[in-house]
Amino acid sequence: MIEAQDLTKRYEDKVAVDHLSFRVEPGRVTGFLGPNGAGKSTTMRLVLGLDRPQEGRATINGKRYADLAQPLRTVGALLEAKAMHPGRSARNHLLFLAQTQGLPSRRVDEVLELVGLQEVARKRIRGYSLGMSQRVGIAAAMLGDPSVLLLDEPVNGLDPEGILWIRNLMKHLASERRTIFVSSHLMNEMAVTADYLIVIGKGKLIADCTTQEFIERSSEKSVLVRSPEAGTLADLIAAEGGKAIAQEPKEGQAAALSVTGMEAPRIGEIAAANRIVLHELTPQLASLEEAFLELTAGSVEYSRDAAAVPHETAASTAATGSSQ
Amino acid sequence: MTSVSPAPASPSPVTAATLTPSVAPHRSGFGSLLLAEWTKIRSVRSTLWTLVIFAVVSLGLTGLLTWLTLNALNNGRRGVRASGIVTDPVSFILGTGLGLGQLAICVLGVLVITAEYSSGTIRASLLATPRRYPVLLAKGLVFSVLVIIVGEIVAFVSYFIGAALVNGHVVTGRLTVAGHAVTVHRTITVSLSQPGVLRAVVGAGLYLTVLGLFALAIGGLIRHTAGAISAVIGMVLVIFPLAGLLPDSWGAHVHAYLPTVAGQLISADKHQSGQLLSPWQGFGVFCAWTALLLAAAILLLQERDA
Repeated sequence: MIEAQDLTKRYEDKVAVDHLSFRVEPGRVTGFLGPNGAGKSTTMRLVLGLDRPQEGRATINGKRYADLAQPLRTVGALLEAKAMHPGRSARNHLLFLAQTQGLPSRRVDEVLELVGLQEVARKRIRGYSLGMSQRVGIAAAMLGDPSVLLLDEPVNGLDPEGILWIRNLMKHLASERRTIFVSSHLMNEMAVTADYLIVIGKGKLIADCTTQEFIERSSEKSVLVRSPEAGTLADLIAAEGGKAIAQEPKEGQAAALSVTGMEAPRIGEIAAANRIVLHELTPQLASLEEAFLELTAGSVEYSRDAAAVPHETAASTAATGSSQ
Repeated sequence: MTSVSPAPASPSPVTAATLTPSVAPHRSGFGSLLLAEWTKIRSVRSTLWTLVIFAVVSLGLTGLLTWLTLNALNNGRRGVRASGIVTDPVSFILGTGLGLGQLAICVLGVLVITAEYSSGTIRASLLATPRRYPVLLAKGLVFSVLVIIVGEIVAFVSYFIGAALVNGHVVTGRLTVAGHAVTVHRTITVSLSQPGVLRAVVGAGLYLTVLGLFALAIGGLIRHTAGAISAVIGMVLVIFPLAGLLPDSWGAHVHAYLPTVAGQLISADKHQSGQLLSPWQGFGVFCAWTALLLAAAILLLQERDA
């Protein structure tokens, strides 16, 4: 289990991580989602003791990273790819790491087999593709058979086959009751990988919930209405507190409205009461990626004081706030 | 740069067999770290190349410069005597080739630490050893053992090359004794049994080892390869020697206590007039400087974000 309490990291005048608290439970894949520059990598570095927070603390299974005796046996981490000496072979990179933990060299061969790099392991990393380097990093993370894994953007540079492989690996590892904490700036990737999400923007927590909840909560609901009397209908909807925006008319179709702040049944009732013909009445969900962009864009614009309110409120305010 | 091809075999499907690890509990301590640092240092080509360059430059220049200086002496060229080849042949032999070869040791000392920063390996190293300072201690120890072995071998071979060239060389000079001009013949002889000679040769290897650690400490402080190499070489070749031009006795004192100026005394067999420190005192001063810089490097390693 990973726990962050009030974690804060400032670089000169920029706040990278801002009083962040969360908990990553074992047995499921926890996605760490946020746009680029949101503070995901910094948070991981704080958890791993590479950077020091100005405030707050992070623990892994109740201990600070620095207090773990043979840390690679507890925690595996994949930070940026290519963080390896280009002149060293993958095998030697893994070998020196194994030696620091007193692991036998046959464990190096096991993890090389796990990531499918046995054949090129003795060649210098210089010649590796980004995807191959990424696999060396995953092999390094798996060296000590850790119960906690932190993976920073692990699918970067992987081909579709590799992406599928790492997704399955993470799910498999989670099913073994390990703690899997994986960051991404891609909502769609997280939607298919993560069971649970911790979403941050500008170093602050935006959401901490299951992926399903997040999708439902953050997808802004709107209704598409098509009617020959769209203008009249728009006025009636506005009179009842809804918001109707005229859409680009399509050729051969009646004028369309996009209605927010009112559900489809009520729109149908208003139309019926006023004897207005409807050609279409469709509830719509924003795409995941749109919803996520909207949410995090809101957090970026949001003032510091307002975002300090509990995260559920902050998330919903941000979602509605940015749509107005 | 050859790219590795063909593409690697696809990752194996996740099976219990590949995930069930052979990670039986095992003791790990400082010895494991020494082993890991040895793996690091031997698994990059720059180590071998800088040591080869060090040996070739040191031995080649010792032979070449000794030979050229003796030839010039034969031709009666002026100023050659000032080189010290007649008055202090051992210091001459150990000071020529190794004087330039030492720069390769500076480069290697810097590289063993800055390459970790430039490549990002440092993060892997610190994740494996979050207490941090043992990494630098293990690295320093493994590196010094490597340099002391190579350094002593090169120092002794340099000495034997130089000695073979100068031994038996006859120098002719003129003296005026009681109003009569007298021609004097003198044969240059060096031998390990002469006072201070063995200490100077062994000392040359010791000096190189501490110099390597000095460079490693600077590399640990600066963390950038080019900056650290420039700093070390600038100090060793320019700043410290130029400090000899400082005026008065305070200037002489400052100069005498500078790291490599003091350190090089150990590789000279004869005590120069006006020399403020004995060879071992000088070496002690150099060691103290290096220990101070290593302590500063460790302190910053503990404090800074990696």
